[in-house]
Amino acid sequence: MSSAGTDKVVDIRRLGVSFATDAGTVRAVDGVSLSVGRGEVVAIVGESGSGKTVTAKTILGLLPETARASGTVVLRGSGNPDGVDVVTLGKKGMRAVRGRDVSMVFQEPSAALNPVYPVGWQIAEGLRAHGKYSKKAAKAKAIDILRRVGIPDPETRVDYYPHQFSGGQKQRVIIAMALVLDPGLIVADEPTTALDVTVQAEILDLLRRCRDEFGASIVLITHNMGVVADLADRVVVMYQGKVVEEASATDLFAHPQNAYTKALLAAVPHVGQGRARTRQRATQRAAEWAEQAPVVMASDLRIQYPGRLGKQGFVAVDGVSFQIRQGEVLGLVGESGSGKTTIGRAIAGLTRVTGGSLKVLGNEMNGVSERRFRGVRGQIGFVFQDPGSSFNPLLTIAECVAEPLIVHGRAGDAAAARSRVNDLLEAVQLPKAYGDRFPHELSGGQRQRASLARALSLEPDLLIADEPTSALDVSVQARVLELFAQLQREFGFAALFISHDLAVVDLLADRIAVLYKGKLVEDGTGEEVLGAPKDPYTQRLLASLPVPDPVEQAKRREVLHALAASGAEGESA
Amino acid sequence: MKFVRRLPIIKQLRQSVGLQRGMLIAGLIITGIFIVAAIFAPLLAPYGFAQLRDGNHLFGAQQPPSAAHPWGTTVGGFDVLSRVIWGSQTALGVIVVAVILSIFAGIFLGLVSGYLGGWLDRVLVVICDAIYAFPSLLLAIVMSIVISGGQSSLLGGIFAAAISITVVFIPQYFRVIRAEAVRIKAEAYVESAKVIGASSPRIMFRHVLRNSTRTLPLIFTLNCSEAILTLAGLGFLGFGIEPTAAAEWGFDLNKAISDVTSGIWWTALYPGLAIVLTVLGMTLVGESLNDLADPRLRGRRAVAETAGDVGDVSVVPGGALTAGPGGLEGLEDGESFDEHGIEVRS
Repeated sequence: MSSAGTDKVVDIRRLGVSFATDAGTVRAVDGVSLSVGRGEVVAIVGESGSGKTVTAKTILGLLPETARASGTVVLRGSGNPDGVDVVTLGKKGMRAVRGRDVSMVFQEPSAALNPVYPVGWQIAEGLRAHGKYSKKAAKAKAIDILRRVGIPDPETRVDYYPHQFSGGQKQRVIIAMALVLDPGLIVADEPTTALDVTVQAEILDLLRRCRDEFGASIVLITHNMGVVADLADRVVVMYQGKVVEEASATDLFAHPQNAYTKALLAAVPHVGQGRARTRQRATQRAAEWAEQAPVVMASDLRIQYPGRLGKQGFVAVDGVSFQIRQGEVLGLVGESGSGKTTIGRAIAGLTRVTGGSLKVLGNEMNGVSERRFRGVRGQIGFVFQDPGSSFNPLLTIAECVAEPLIVHGRAGDAAAARSRVNDLLEAVQLPKAYGDRFPHELSGGQRQRASLARALSLEPDLLIADEPTSALDVSVQARVLELFAQLQREFGFAALFISHDLAVVDLLADRIAVLYKGKLVEDGTGEEVLGAPKDPYTQRLLASLPVPDPVEQAKRREVLHALAASGAEGESA
Repeated sequence: MKFVRRLPIIKQLRQSVGLQRGMLIAGLIITGIFIVAAIFAPLLAPYGFAQLRDGNHLFGAQQPPSAAHPWGTTVGGFDVLSRVIWGSQTALGVIVVAVILSIFAGIFLGLVSGYLGGWLDRVLVVICDAIYAFPSLLLAIVMSIVISGGQSSLLGGIFAAAISITVVFIPQYFRVIRAEAVRIKAEAYVESAKVIGASSPRIMFRHVLRNSTRTLPLIFTLNCSEAILTLAGLGFLGFGIEPTAAAEWGFDLNKAISDVTSGIWWTALYPGLAIVLTVLGMTLVGESLNDLADPRLRGRRAVAETAGDVGDVSVVPGGALTAGPGGLEGLEDGESFDEHGIEVRS
């Protein structure tokens, strides 16, 4: 950081970017100035729409045709030591700069690799664009770079196609492609958002090595404050197209100055926040509560997706047993592919149960017919992950919320249901007038609250929430979670809360169940599972979760490394 | 006023800029002239379509353009201008019948096939693929022979063309709606309707159908121009409508073949132009509607030097739990929080 003042890799001055849209001109970035020194990791944080991605894309000249930029972005690299302004640079000049002086790591590793070429070819393509390489030399270089980013057995793997790699390995390949020409600067746009938390920790380690071993500076764009605390030297907070605060990572997390930064940090959920509440709820329950018939009871539940002709199907859920009692919130945690969403869908009757027993509100779901289950649907509410697509775009919010009432015969049409809809909207803290708006006219958090209103319209006994906040920004997420807890207290429904985020689940759930590859590995109260995890997978999951505090995070990193080392020993032994 | 702006073509017209707007307007004007000519043919045309004489005076065959006959007369002694105007009426008739016959059946089958899937879907797709392999003009000829033994009356000619178009276009509507239905079936709002317990017909018509009509304007205009071309093709091949039953551009073109070599240009030029312009107008409308429906193809005005307002973001500034929908100062006019933190209108 000491060299930051004299030796800037990129220097952005008064950058402004505007887009032409159907609704008129929108300014995404408004007078942003920032710089990145050699060997420095600068994180740009902010919520969706804050202009962080647009700022970063300007460095690579990747703005769409509808955009227009002003100001200067001076880039210094091996090709132009005196610096070149990429805002005014032509297409040809831009091509020379990309890859050599600055390169990019994308959010979705599977989308950024071309599925029909081997990864070695794709790495070599970048080399060939910037100089003459014989086939042999290019391949040798590709193997070398793959080894350095930690792909095992690179001599063989260089000829593999992208689908033969796991998600984390794909991201390693992407990083290899970015590093192959030894650029001074890497722009990483949400590099770990699409990855599971245990893989995220590995990729963050690799990015740290990019800085330490390759000497590359990194512009890290993320909304995850834990990732920032783990990796960044300096943090730039953006809000509504402007930089509101800029400080070193240790300073920012310890003493945030700006009101927005403070709110942002306060909204990040921590593990352990929900413990007091859970204990209080447990003591308030009547003694005979445990004896009552559970709302959902799964015993040895098995769900298999049908395979292609003659092939074994994929077993998504394998011998899982759990129960949800009345008024209880069960948090279901697991990484992608662990089967958590499948369980939620099976309870709602969207996925067929293929083995074992699943009793929902007294109905056996194994072999249930759609006609018999339709009546039960009124007692189950469902909140979907993506608030953007779970509303019919052609119906108003009031019509959408009234749908369950109409379908179950509680109201004749949307107009008759309106007074009830107004009550529901009020319960989720939306103004009545919002009922007349269309879904796209609401923000993500508002839509998710309307989605809660729809799920609660029939006063269900059971609510299934499938990652209801993972598509939302942290401050919005905090508000929706608070509302969820409040509604649960008022309505008293039992809930299955599905999430990949341990901290979020801990905030709301009475009990937590951890899924791993279709199996239930641990089950208990938040205190038991997160306070003293017994299963090695839960331990690893908990240690991988980055916390928004650089000092604390550095310690946790050591713990995780120790855990990984002992795990590797255990496996080899 | 707001309702008018949301109407299909008016909405697109307001959205468009530059060349796309020019194309759309040109197409709309040409199509408008065609429809006006068809509806008001009895008023616009100086003579009837089968009129040979004015009082006792015969028009005469192959007369060059003159004051009495601005576009001359045909080899059969009809007035060219009148027949071109009357011809638009026949063409419009074919379009209306063809569209009505194919659009409802095609959309319904596509919706059912796409949403329900299963064996019904497979059978319908195979049938539609088989129909694609069939030349539509051949089908039209067969139809005209079946309906009226090849010697067409007005209705026979219209229906022959319309039914052959229908057979070809039901699969087109089917395909488009089916593809959209399959896509929309996987959308979260259809799943959420299922979770609520809504019945399949309700989901199909309330949630799927209304969201799958995006590409219909394009198919609709293609359907119209194809109908005109088939009618003209039938007439040109001699399976058209008798000149005494109705005016028909293809028939007139057929009769004008021998005129062209003897320097009589007016008998072929005007009906030919009528066909070309009508089809062009409809294709222009269809193409520009298609481009405008796709945000990636839609042209936009260039942005002035970093102008515009900072976009609204989904962020509640300064604290998450106490702010209104639009941020701290973003409560709607006249609203405040009550003691439970719920927005109320005071």
